[in-house]
Amino acid sequence: MAAPSMPRSWRRDTKPHKFCPGCGHGIALRALGQAIDHLGIQDRAIFGCDIGCSLLAWDFFNVDTVQTHHGRTTPVMTGIKRAKPDLVCVAYMGDGGGYAIGAQHLVNAAARNEEITVILINNTLYAMTGGQMAPTTMPGQKTETTPYGRDPELTGPPLLGPEMVAAITPEGAYVARGTVSKLKQLTKIMIRALQNQIEGRGFSFVEVLSTCPTNWRTNAEETWSFLEEKMPSYFTVGEIKVPAAEGDGNG
Amino acid sequence: MPQGQEVGSPITGERRVFMTGNEVIAWAALAARADIMYGYPITPQNEIMHYWTRLAPKYGKGFLQTEDELSAGFTTLGGVMAGRKAFTATAGPGNVLMQEPMSMAEAMRLPVVVAVMQRGGPSTGTVIYSQQEVNLTTFGGNGEGLRVVYSTATHQELYDYTIKAFNTAWRYRFPTFILADGYQGKMREPLTIYDPVERGIELLAPEAFLGLPGTPGVDRPPAQYRNTYNLEEELQEVLLDYIEEYEKVAPEIVEHDDLGTEDAEVVVAAHGVVARACKQAVEQLRNEGLKVGYFRPITLRPLPVDALRAVAGRTRRILVVESAYGQLGRLLRDGLYGLTVEMVSHYKPGVGITPEEVAAHARELVS
Repeated sequence: MAAPSMPRSWRRDTKPHKFCPGCGHGIALRALGQAIDHLGIQDRAIFGCDIGCSLLAWDFFNVDTVQTHHGRTTPVMTGIKRAKPDLVCVAYMGDGGGYAIGAQHLVNAAARNEEITVILINNTLYAMTGGQMAPTTMPGQKTETTPYGRDPELTGPPLLGPEMVAAITPEGAYVARGTVSKLKQLTKIMIRALQNQIEGRGFSFVEVLSTCPTNWRTNAEETWSFLEEKMPSYFTVGEIKVPAAEGDGNG
Repeated sequence: MPQGQEVGSPITGERRVFMTGNEVIAWAALAARADIMYGYPITPQNEIMHYWTRLAPKYGKGFLQTEDELSAGFTTLGGVMAGRKAFTATAGPGNVLMQEPMSMAEAMRLPVVVAVMQRGGPSTGTVIYSQQEVNLTTFGGNGEGLRVVYSTATHQELYDYTIKAFNTAWRYRFPTFILADGYQGKMREPLTIYDPVERGIELLAPEAFLGLPGTPGVDRPPAQYRNTYNLEEELQEVLLDYIEEYEKVAPEIVEHDDLGTEDAEVVVAAHGVVARACKQAVEQLRNEGLKVGYFRPITLRPLPVDALRAVAGRTRRILVVESAYGQLGRLLRDGLYGLTVEMVSHYKPGVGITPEEVAAHARELVS
């Protein structure tokens, strides 16, 4: 059987990549790579990655890249886009960078309808820092800072990021939640999120449900059932907001 | 109008004007052919944005009001990486937040320009004046303080050094600050504005870090910038290169002003607007026949150490005068290490200083 092909926009000399075995980042970045290939934007895409596990993607693509930190990837991409609007700017971050420490940037970039694409990996915890609670940690989920399971009475319920972004963005924004367990759908979502920016309609936001077997302390089977069964019961997968001009709605 | 497009100079010939310092900075940024400002309101620098937003659209320039100073700093870095002359301005608690993006600018050698109009501190402090942002602006980030900090004293200098700051930033690729204060920002003063190009000042053109022509990996290697390293040694190697380069160019960058230091028993040292009070005091004392000198670092980082040490080698005492509690004093003491000159302080944190009180203090020290 032939090995699956790498997206053309991947940088081959940095593969195999640096993520842990079983991590979902590689799959999400594959979907993004295929979307870049499909749209033919390798020459004008700018990839911004954040701190945390996403920083390991700083040399992942044959695409101009800047690695920053603390959810500040959103303003860095905003600054580039405002200065040079013909570039296609992608901010790639985790749930901590997007929903906690960098939340004000996400909220305000969304509210201003900045013409950038934000891709946020939701693996329900802080992974690189050692498995602490994130805004997306599920009720009852054990992390290093919720050792007896997250109690929503004490720390609130998990944040529904795309639903929040959909509520605060003006017309023209594209918002969706995909999962690394559905690669075809995720790739389609990535394409539409980039297309929305290219066509100048507004802010595009994709949350990606992803895996962290290292900090979840799960085996392959448990990892996959957490991703496929537990997470989507709270985080609904699919397109949440599509610009009216796009027409065909719920892909 | 598309951003970054040259639509003629805003100034032709030389014009004598009467402006606030904040307005001067906006005009100077235009004269320096800045392309875009990213900013967030905080007193006492607001009018830099106010004037920029009035002037900029007439010359095809951009502006974004961000959600906070973290964002203002990081969007400015984005603008710089995209190849535009981008700048921002801040003060006080905003300068605290600005240190995070400025640390990244140091890490990636990004030529960002920031105007800081100091206000009182710590924390919210007062909204108008102090010289208490010296520590923060020179060494405030996590890292080694690889930046250039110009401390201005007059509105003419605000104009001249804002133009110069863009050239310094793009020539050496270290973040560059114009460190002024609320008195300078808010007061009006006469000065001459001019087009630097007409005066024969070469304005360095910005260059893009990202989004260059060609397909990365096909026609050229991808431009990939990071501020994270896997190994301690890897980071050290990069930093030692940066530090070596910084130390090599420091003698080209340093600037100072002095007066009467050749025979002085006491040298009054100050920076910024306080230096004006000190210069006036020293001129008066010298007219009275007293052997008093004056030394003012214009660059606080890098510090003009050679000039300072030469002065210290000729005098008995240095009187450090500042509207802070030893922030300049600490820089000078560090620069003077190993010399036996006596240091006397006149520190008034967050409060203005008059020529009369400086003269009185210096007189005590010589008589």
